[in-house]
Amino acid sequence: MAIEAQGLNKRFGEYQALDDVTFTAPDGQITALLGPSGGGKSTLLRVISGLEEPDSGSVHLLGEDVTHLTPQDRQVGFVFQHYAPFRHMDVRDNVSFGLSVRKRPKPEIKAKVEELLELVQLSGLGERYPDQLSGGQRQRMALARALAVEPKVLLLDEPFGALDARVRKDLRQWLRRLHEEVDVTTLFVTHDQEEAMELAHHVVVLSEGRVEQAGRPTDLYEDPANEFVMGFVGPVTKVGEDLVRPHDLEIHIEPRAGAIAAKVERVLRLGFEVRVELCVDEEEPASVQLSASEAEPLELHPGQMVHLSVARKPALAESSTV
Amino acid sequence: MSALSVPLRRSEARRVRFPGAAPAGALSVAYLSLVVLIPLAAVAATGMEDGVDGFWEAVTKPQALSALKLTLLVSLAVAAINAVAGTLIAWVLVRDDFRGKGFVNALIDLPFALPTIVAGLTLLALYGKGSPVGINVAFTQIGVALALLFVTLPFVVRAVQPVLIELDPEVEEAGASLGAKPLTVFRRIIFPAIRPAMLAGVALAFGRALGEFGSVVLISGNLPNKTEVASVYIFGLIELGDKQAAAAVSVVLLAASLLLLTTIAALSRKGARP
Amino acid sequence: MTPRLALRGTALLYLAALLVLPVGLVLFRASEKGLAPVVDSLTTPQGMHAFYLTSIVVAIAVPLNTIFGVATSLLIVRTKLPGRKLIDSVIDLPFAVSPVVIGLSLVLVYGNDGFLGGPLSDAGLKIIFSTPGIILATVFVSLPFVVREVSPVLREIGTEQEEAAGTLGASPWQTFRRITLPAIRPAVGYGVVLTTARALGEYGAVSVVSGKFSGRTETATLFVEDRFQSFDLTGAYAAAIVLALMAVAVLVGMNLLDRNRRLRHGN
Repeated sequence: MAIEAQGLNKRFGEYQALDDVTFTAPDGQITALLGPSGGGKSTLLRVISGLEEPDSGSVHLLGEDVTHLTPQDRQVGFVFQHYAPFRHMDVRDNVSFGLSVRKRPKPEIKAKVEELLELVQLSGLGERYPDQLSGGQRQRMALARALAVEPKVLLLDEPFGALDARVRKDLRQWLRRLHEEVDVTTLFVTHDQEEAMELAHHVVVLSEGRVEQAGRPTDLYEDPANEFVMGFVGPVTKVGEDLVRPHDLEIHIEPRAGAIAAKVERVLRLGFEVRVELCVDEEEPASVQLSASEAEPLELHPGQMVHLSVARKPALAESSTV
Repeated sequence: MSALSVPLRRSEARRVRFPGAAPAGALSVAYLSLVVLIPLAAVAATGMEDGVDGFWEAVTKPQALSALKLTLLVSLAVAAINAVAGTLIAWVLVRDDFRGKGFVNALIDLPFALPTIVAGLTLLALYGKGSPVGINVAFTQIGVALALLFVTLPFVVRAVQPVLIELDPEVEEAGASLGAKPLTVFRRIIFPAIRPAMLAGVALAFGRALGEFGSVVLISGNLPNKTEVASVYIFGLIELGDKQAAAAVSVVLLAASLLLLTTIAALSRKGARP
Repeated sequence: MTPRLALRGTALLYLAALLVLPVGLVLFRASEKGLAPVVDSLTTPQGMHAFYLTSIVVAIAVPLNTIFGVATSLLIVRTKLPGRKLIDSVIDLPFAVSPVVIGLSLVLVYGNDGFLGGPLSDAGLKIIFSTPGIILATVFVSLPFVVREVSPVLREIGTEQEEAAGTLGASPWQTFRRITLPAIRPAVGYGVVLTTARALGEYGAVSVVSGKFSGRTETATLFVEDRFQSFDLTGAYAAAIVLALMAVAVLVGMNLLDRNRRLRHGN
């Protein structure tokens, strides 16, 4: 295991940022720390990097206990949310900083920087200053800078948070492809579940300083540990006492055993997907997600009475946070 | 962006690890103590050398009271004039445009850079005996006020300028389009916005005027009970060797300035909130 | 006349009457009889010594306050040291105290029968009525400027760049030298200029502390006063003009650095 965190606790005054956090990040893979804002993810990342010290607990990187080591001694690459560019240095000097601090010979630095600039597609922009770059370019520079010193582990704090939607999507794919070339163990923090699901091999869900669940994206989606994870990682709808995924509900025209009666309120046709909003017992709203081909034969319209049955229902534990 | 919802306390906790902080802190405190704190404490101690009675006696001597009263009144008047003149000048520098405006803007800092004794000398040359324009205010309270106006010029101007720059002209245009005359626009739209900064500048000017020495010393003639300001009176006591009395009056002056300092700090905190 | 012109006229008139004309008059009077008398009065042994002394004092006081200023800024903004808030509020004291009181305070402590001055004088180190006293007074009055200029900049740039440097393997000293220092350089420059101006022009505190011994403890500003009291108006004006020109140089420096700073911070 590349990163192992054991029982980490961190408190800022009254505020418990990390509450007995234990998780592992597998070697050579991308792990996401996912959770709502303020949930402790950034603190956890900073503790792993050495920028913060935990009150108790331990951090192991590649088997070595680094809990009390400074960031300088941990050999972690860190990319900050706003990239922390060295504004008075050009791109080349930024990227080469870690190498020049280690007093590597100049020709070696030069070659390495060129290689990295090409890797992140910033060749030819070496003489520009950070203020002259776009958000996406600055982010790629920050990545190159962190990778220059060949870190054991790469940590990214909300890497796409400061960018607009389209750039974000492009960079996501780009990062995944980059990781295939440079398969360093990567840990990134995000509050965007779509991002975590799309990018990561392994996801750790954090809320209010506690680990709610950890596993593969599909595992979290299909077998969430509790209500919180289920609601955070994908869409939910409530039918009776059960929390179900909208696409795990089936609509029937005829009543059948175990099915609940509901009235169709609204039918939204969104291309491939059809979303049906219904009302159960004249109070509880529910929504069902069907494919267009499934919906067609049903000829759904508002006011229609139908019957809902649950195709699949995850077994949820009592959630620590609702 | 989650950065916005990170509790504010967190930013307090982010500090770069700093080896040598403690010895550096100790050195810093030592430097401050040797240069500023111990000497000022000595003033307070010396003022009380002869007990409360000695202190009171030194402070209530007629000449002392005269000096303190004169200082207070002239400084207040000067602060008030600065409130108007400083705001006016700031306005012209921000909202008006003319050839040489940059030069005029730089000029405002002249009283900061010019030695006070030189300032006093120049005012005496133009407004004292032998004045080419026939104005002689040497040995008068007007002369004192003039010197204080010179040295306090930048405070209100520089305090109000940035606020005026931030103020969107469109707000005034909106006022005008709603039928408000220029004076009303100023009174109800502009003035409330610049008031905190103006007050802070006025307080700074007042504080500076209270303790001013070099520019006043030549033009005022230092006539006791007439044109002698507190700082000059204290200087006289030092020359006479009466350290206790000098220290006692100094404590009064210090107290007034410190009161002002805390007022300024409170005002600027209020002004900083949007 | 439009209100705009009236306002402009009033402002300019005020400035002319208060600043421009007085200074201009002295400039005129000093050079009225040509440059020779000016040079003569300044090149007397007394005059030369005065400007020499001022230069020495400034050359010592300004670097001292600059180092103190940068170090204290770092302490206040970047550490959790207890008492740093107290230091922060104490820094402003020199602004609040009259120069004469400053002089008095230093005499009380460092004078011959002073609390610290007594033992020091027995050991042969004279502070008051001697150059060290003048330096001390100058340090006192010009103390706050560098701290006040550097602290807000340190706060504004935040710790992220320094943290990034740390993660890239830089030691605290390397981080300071390569990341922090370049970032605060304009602020330090501006602070140094303000400190120098204040140090050059100090009169009140130095009056009290120096004893005004001409040729020994007489600074340039005291020299101006001395010439005036001796009815040597030419000499007084000449020295005043030299000091005024130094002030103008400082002013120019202030404005250039200020513009640089604002451009750099994207204002």
